[in-house]
Amino acid sequence: MVALALIPLLPLLGFLVNALFGRRLSKAVSGAVACAAIATSFLIALAAVWRLVGLEPDARELSVRLYSWIASGDLSVGFSLRLDPLAAVMILVITGIGTLIHVYSTAYMHEERDSEYARYFSYLNLFAAFMLVLVLGSNFVVMFLGWEGVGLCSYLLVGFWYQKKSASDAGKKAFIVNRVGDFGFILGVFLVFRQFGTLDFQEVAHAAARLGPEAAFGTISLMTLLLFVGATGKSAQIPLYVWLPDAMEGPTPVSALIHAATMVTAGVYMIGRNAVLFSLAPNTLTIVAIIGTATAFFAGTIGLVQNDIKRVLAYSTVSQLGYMFLAMGVGAYASGIFHLYTHAFFKALLFLGSGAVIHALHGEQDLRRMGGLRKDLPITYWTFLIGAIAIAGVPGFAGFFSKDEILYNAFINGHTLLWAVGLLTSLLTAVYMFRVVFLTFHGERRVAQAHASTRAPEHPGHPGHPGHPGHPEHPEHLHDAPPAMAVALIVLAAGSIVAGYAGLGGRFAHFLEPSFGGALVEHASEGSTELTLMVVSSAVAFAGIALAFFFFLKRRDAARAIAASFSGVHRVLDHKYYVDEIYDTAIVQPVRIISEDGLWKGLDVRVVDGAVNGVGEIVSASARGLRRLQTGSVRTYAASLFFGVVVVLGYFIWR
Amino acid sequence: MTPTLSDYLMLSGVLFAIGAAGVFMRRNLITILLSIEIMLNAVNLTFVAFGRALGSADGQIIVFFVMTVAAAEAAVGLAIVIALYRHRESLNPDSFTVLKW
Repeated sequence: MVALALIPLLPLLGFLVNALFGRRLSKAVSGAVACAAIATSFLIALAAVWRLVGLEPDARELSVRLYSWIASGDLSVGFSLRLDPLAAVMILVITGIGTLIHVYSTAYMHEERDSEYARYFSYLNLFAAFMLVLVLGSNFVVMFLGWEGVGLCSYLLVGFWYQKKSASDAGKKAFIVNRVGDFGFILGVFLVFRQFGTLDFQEVAHAAARLGPEAAFGTISLMTLLLFVGATGKSAQIPLYVWLPDAMEGPTPVSALIHAATMVTAGVYMIGRNAVLFSLAPNTLTIVAIIGTATAFFAGTIGLVQNDIKRVLAYSTVSQLGYMFLAMGVGAYASGIFHLYTHAFFKALLFLGSGAVIHALHGEQDLRRMGGLRKDLPITYWTFLIGAIAIAGVPGFAGFFSKDEILYNAFINGHTLLWAVGLLTSLLTAVYMFRVVFLTFHGERRVAQAHASTRAPEHPGHPGHPGHPGHPEHPEHLHDAPPAMAVALIVLAAGSIVAGYAGLGGRFAHFLEPSFGGALVEHASEGSTELTLMVVSSAVAFAGIALAFFFFLKRRDAARAIAASFSGVHRVLDHKYYVDEIYDTAIVQPVRIISEDGLWKGLDVRVVDGAVNGVGEIVSASARGLRRLQTGSVRTYAASLFFGVVVVLGYFIWR
Repeated sequence: MTPTLSDYLMLSGVLFAIGAAGVFMRRNLITILLSIEIMLNAVNLTFVAFGRALGSADGQIIVFFVMTVAAAEAAVGLAIVIALYRHRESLNPDSFTVLKW
């Protein structure tokens, strides 16, 4: 089915148009081109998935081999795309949510210059194209193409406001940290090829299915562990999560699209794609589950004390991704993908909502300077509230279904400790999300006094919003989300409510089953246990909301008192466990010192340059001696010629 | 008694040695040119002698070429000598050693 190729090709076309002619296009045109490209891609994706669903459950697969890409010896890699249930979920999320974010961006980025606007949309389209290649690719190499492509786009978009030093630094950080993970990933791919002689996902799965699970730590465990290292980079897990919070330097819709809804899920998707392989390596799965849970908890605690609205959401993303890895690690692949799918809705919604707040406040991102925005921004408030409820896990909303399923699977598979930590994290989730809600929308307005003078020097805000340097207007004149933004918010809010019902009765898991090739861990649903756990996690969600209500709305002083009495803990959390500092001391500085003093001033200057200069010295020194032979006297030359002839002749005569 | 091939070669060797000695020892460019001519003619003598001894005309043909080249060389050589003399008022080869390191 060749139309499959159109799904990534259309955004690529949009990218080309905006990248090549963007300078000469008006905002309306370049925005429309980008939106049309991704929206058409969404429609084609819908049609393709419709056709896929119409097939027999066991034969649900559409594939197209565009051309033979690499053929060398045993290696044969085709540029081929394959749509199966797992990829179907992913392309709908990418193109669907992507379309909404494109539409939202047309309003959000409206104050940029025409050329910048086109540049923004060209990156956005390029990102969508690469992400679609990543999920549609039917072998590791095509996936890797998309994998690297989204990394590139992440760099471009995080550093979009490159005049700002922090933004360009964040872009570099995202790129370099991802590179570390990608190195692990590609080593894993090499190992896959060495072991199975093929890189096609299906063939690898078939070959792997013939092997039994590895009890000891063997090749498969190493292979999957290396692939998982790639996943930790892309999906921001310990120890490579550090780039994601910094990536909030990019425009807010970018955070929503890349750093919440799509790109960071690539690692989860990759594990789901290789479910058969991972199922054979219980050791790796345990590591995955532990890392996931640890990340979820760790990021949740940091999110609790951050004051930048986007950073809270960023840590929340890291935390939720941890849940997905927990699901993967306990073998509940479908639950992980389910959470990926519901999370895409409410996290995109929360980011876009925070974007609407930031937009209304002209670049203000500090929670301490917000408050009381409920009345001025009703659409933003209500949609953001829905997002917060969904992520907190209140029954009936999307997050509840998927998170509950993950915790249930963790519990039922005997990982009680992981379940407990997961539950605690879900409490944290509710607390920090509602902290944001209360601090932003409720209480008294703290914008007014902070707005006029103190903000400008500390927070340059969006460099792209030069039209609002002071705006000392009355805070009553805050404007709610313009139509293009409101539409995206409302659709996503609706999604955050209803998306979870797709999973009722195991339909979602059943749909995905063929993609996991029987690796799905099936458990007879134990009604009573499930119900108990459900009640427990709902109670936890409500408890979290209540805690947040108490501390951040009713008794702000109580929150401050606790922060003061645990000032050590608070400081550690505020500094994000000093992880950035530790990495800087333990890795960045040694690398810098080795590069500078060892490799540059030692190896490069002394050895490499020394060798080159030394050769030059030898040549010129010997030439200085040898040139004495050129006496200028013709008779000397004639004599040496003569003697030479005599010697040569003599040699041939008497030898 | 008729001279044999070795007599001719002996004479040729003597002439060549005289020429070479003249090139190395004399301090006059014109004499050096003359000495070179002697060396060339020594070689010519060898060619003719071998040609005769082997009953072939090749030696004589090559001698014609050598004589042509020698004539051209003498013309060019003398022209250079005159130019040098005009430049330096000297015919001593040891005074023309500017082209060195």
